[in-house]
Amino acid sequence: MHVVICIKQVPDTKNVRIDPKTNTLVRQGVESITNPFDLYAIEAALQLKDSTGAKTTVITMGPPQAEEALRQALSLGVDDAVLLSDRSFAGADTWATSRTLAEAVRKLEPVDLIVCGKQAIDGDTAQVGPEMATLLNLPCITYVRKLDLENGNESMRIERATDTGYEVLRVKLPAVLTVIREIGEPRIPGLRHKIRSKKQEIPVWGAADLGLEPEEVGLQGSFTQVVKVFSPPPRGERRLLSGSVEEMAKELVRILKSNNVPGF
Amino acid sequence: MDYFLTEEQQMIKEIAAQIARERIRPVRAALDENEEFPWEIMKVLAQSDLFGLYIPEKYGGFGGGIFENCLAVEELGRACIGIATTFAASGLGAYPILLYGSEELKMKYLPQIASGKKLAAFGLTESGAGSDVSGIRTTAVKDGDYYVLNGTKQWITNGGEAEIYSVLAITDPKRGARGASFFVVEKGDPGFSFGKKEKKLGIRASATRELVFTDCRIPKDRLIGREGMGFIIAMKTFDKSRPGIGALGVGLAQGALDIAVEYARQRKQFGKPIISFQAIQHKLADMATLTEAARSLVYSIARYLDTEPKDFSKLSAMAKLFPADVAMKVTTEAVQVLGGYGYMKDYPVEKMMRDAKILQIYEGTNEIQRNIIAQELNKEYGRMKESFLG
Amino acid sequence: MKVIIDKNECTGCGSCVEVCPVEAINVVDEKAVVSDECTLCGMCVDSCEFEAISMPELTSKEEDLSLYQGVWFFAEQRGGEIHPISYELASTGRRLADKLEVELCGVLFGHGMEEAAKELIRYGTDRVFYVGREELEHFNEERYANVLTYLIENYKPEIFLAGATAIGRTFIPRVAASVKTGLTADCTGLDIGEDGLLHQTRPAFGGNVMATIICPHGRPQMATVRHKVMAACEIVDHQGVVEKIDVPEELLESRSELLEVIHEEDDTAQLTEAEVIISGGRGLQKAENFRLIEKLAKLVDGAVGASRSAVDAGWIAASHQVGQTGRTVAPTLYMACGISGAIQHIVGMQGSKIIVAVNKDPNAPIFDVADYGIVADLFEFVPALIKELESSSTCEID
Repeated sequence: MHVVICIKQVPDTKNVRIDPKTNTLVRQGVESITNPFDLYAIEAALQLKDSTGAKTTVITMGPPQAEEALRQALSLGVDDAVLLSDRSFAGADTWATSRTLAEAVRKLEPVDLIVCGKQAIDGDTAQVGPEMATLLNLPCITYVRKLDLENGNESMRIERATDTGYEVLRVKLPAVLTVIREIGEPRIPGLRHKIRSKKQEIPVWGAADLGLEPEEVGLQGSFTQVVKVFSPPPRGERRLLSGSVEEMAKELVRILKSNNVPGF
Repeated sequence: MDYFLTEEQQMIKEIAAQIARERIRPVRAALDENEEFPWEIMKVLAQSDLFGLYIPEKYGGFGGGIFENCLAVEELGRACIGIATTFAASGLGAYPILLYGSEELKMKYLPQIASGKKLAAFGLTESGAGSDVSGIRTTAVKDGDYYVLNGTKQWITNGGEAEIYSVLAITDPKRGARGASFFVVEKGDPGFSFGKKEKKLGIRASATRELVFTDCRIPKDRLIGREGMGFIIAMKTFDKSRPGIGALGVGLAQGALDIAVEYARQRKQFGKPIISFQAIQHKLADMATLTEAARSLVYSIARYLDTEPKDFSKLSAMAKLFPADVAMKVTTEAVQVLGGYGYMKDYPVEKMMRDAKILQIYEGTNEIQRNIIAQELNKEYGRMKESFLG
Repeated sequence: MKVIIDKNECTGCGSCVEVCPVEAINVVDEKAVVSDECTLCGMCVDSCEFEAISMPELTSKEEDLSLYQGVWFFAEQRGGEIHPISYELASTGRRLADKLEVELCGVLFGHGMEEAAKELIRYGTDRVFYVGREELEHFNEERYANVLTYLIENYKPEIFLAGATAIGRTFIPRVAASVKTGLTADCTGLDIGEDGLLHQTRPAFGGNVMATIICPHGRPQMATVRHKVMAACEIVDHQGVVEKIDVPEELLESRSELLEVIHEEDDTAQLTEAEVIISGGRGLQKAENFRLIEKLAKLVDGAVGASRSAVDAGWIAASHQVGQTGRTVAPTLYMACGISGAIQHIVGMQGSKIIVAVNKDPNAPIFDVADYGIVADLFEFVPALIKELESSSTCEID
């Protein structure tokens, strides 16, 4: 069994704050991290590795420094990594990204399962998993919270979260899954894997290696374009209530009632 | 401070610190409160390859030494020494096998311990034999291809939870201390059972139980080394393990210092953060200095021990004695810095103070450590030709 | 490729250096210099007061885009009932269609919903394409994507909107990839620009930045739209038709099969639908204290949310988590009790209409996003609020 994990390196929002005066991003010391949802994808793949001995390969598309994210995945126990990096990949929208990832997965075949995080925290689109699946002509189950192989690795029994609970599905393999937190807490790196992760060779594939023309990838290969970026409109002036807790409770109920908040 | 760690040693520290931060800190108060054994954490430590740091690669370990183990223990202890003790006690149980076991015993048990699949424990203390090891009453009588053990061990860390026990028993009562031998006993061996779990002041996440041997039959090849070597094995094991207790002390002191400084910077009285008051400043300065001194001592002695020197009982004792006293002092002061809050369970320092006490007691009380140091001094100066008095 | 700096216009002021999320810009000899790290995100372009920064030109992809006409939306249904997002989409679509002077069409998949389909007309839909099949009664990504792709390829709408719900965000990307066009996720603003294109505005970087996105060369211009952001307006006399569509059988094949649907009994966990969410964080101190939050939530018929630290501490199930690794919510009222307001939490709830923060610490960052702040011990304030609500509701009965 071969499981491919697609991850993304994103700016860490941990140290980011909204400046209450300007309502803009305070970006002091923002570092790059592996997208938190992708850590669940790695965990899901490693659980399959633990239970079935599956081979795991992690891929990411990004600038050269995205290699750090791949090395982190290796330190957690993923077997192999490939970096998809090329000047022409820059500015890719979800379509161009999916296109590039799909070609990389083809190059890694045979592949039985592709796991992605639910979405990336910088773009929040949640589109790359399903789009890539379509380009690979594979089924894609989103919001997966539990997975079990069945029928001798022919299919998988999946629990997927819905807005009102969850549903149980059976999906034929190969397939693409996007996973959520309930899949399991990401593990801590193992010492042996961590030592290996520092030394392991990570091949870099560019557009030519994937058989893609420069106009099929990156900004050129994208359908969508950003035309404007701006700060969100600031929230109205904050009001601190005063008085005893009873007075504040009374005042809050009055405010919420006058705003027609249901239930008040 | 830079202790010039190798890249691999740095990684050990990072992994242990991550486990402490992400897995231990969120649960330490609950495990302490409920006296719950930290199995989940043990699994994480196993998955992270930390159980075999000091075990040779040949037996499934990492091939490091005492120092590497100390680095891990320190970081874990910074969050909770109840949990770190559980981890370290498995090493204590492994050392007799590692140091004196036959190749068969090593091949059989060390890989299981190194992988963390099974925990080990060390069974020496009895109700009548603590500091005075010659008071041991548990016996092992040879019967054909078996030894038959009878007696009761007391206050055994990991008792009941571990699968592999290194146990000291008297094989020849006539020879006194020279008549003791070490055996490997497995959980599930006939006639081997456990007493109730002890209620403790501190390190309450760790399990402490009696080991009860009632005509417990074990194959004769479970003997570690030769008959009569038990006392030597115990002493050599302690020589190797004491810096680990020191590392627990360093970690604990650092953990208490972390909280005390952060709190002192935030807590305001008389309109100012209390860290601006000299009374607090001097306390924190002393706490930090003692902690760093303890760390320097443990690191340098642990590194020295890893060069396999001949005589090191004195240094080993120092590496336990000083950090244990430092941990007691620093945690007590941390409670004082936090004042009323420190005494309440809202903050972890009261637990740290309760936990610290054990460091001055187990693996040879600090009084015993001083005895060892003094005896070694006596011997050392006795051998010296030079006089300093004149 | 990277952004282009006009050296004649650049004053070396460095404001672009500040906004660049990948630190790709440096000022050298009083001119901005862009390194290869540039990801073409475009944030610097707008930050430049001197209009010295521009995006590189794209070679346009030729296709006769004028073949595509009309505004379409996907009408979501669950269990045979049309979901409210569908009406929000109809009203938004109506506005766009009027600007473009084209038809507004809704697409509805389901079983036995001929009558329900007419509901969409009341919200301004001119034509409802209804595909009534048992196989489409419950959501299946492959079937839904296949059928919708088939319709789009045959009828060629210029704009397609769907709800940014779990369903929309699952299968609409498949459709976009199949018809080979762009898709913008989770839009909070839609308009027709002077260029005649759909201007799609959405939050990025966890809501700290808004971005307007266009899709000049792909059709339809597709967007998923955030629930509860756009208003649903009835148009009483609107006339329209429901058109039943037959689709080829092979479009209904799927490699996944639904075995079971489980509705969580704990309806306080249904965060994304709730009008009111009462959330608890580390300030609750222990699991038992969530009862207090639950009591308040029950009283106002709201859902119970939680911060990550409360979930990590095991006080409440992960399905209640609001924030970056949990759910993103936008209720009418979000009340944060004992939540300090880490950015990861804020990104999950800042779309809420009214935010109330209750915290002991007046410096807690949660107050920065709150509309109403209550600096108090939650263990005193929440019971007082419960008491107030209980007494005010009995007054009403009297």
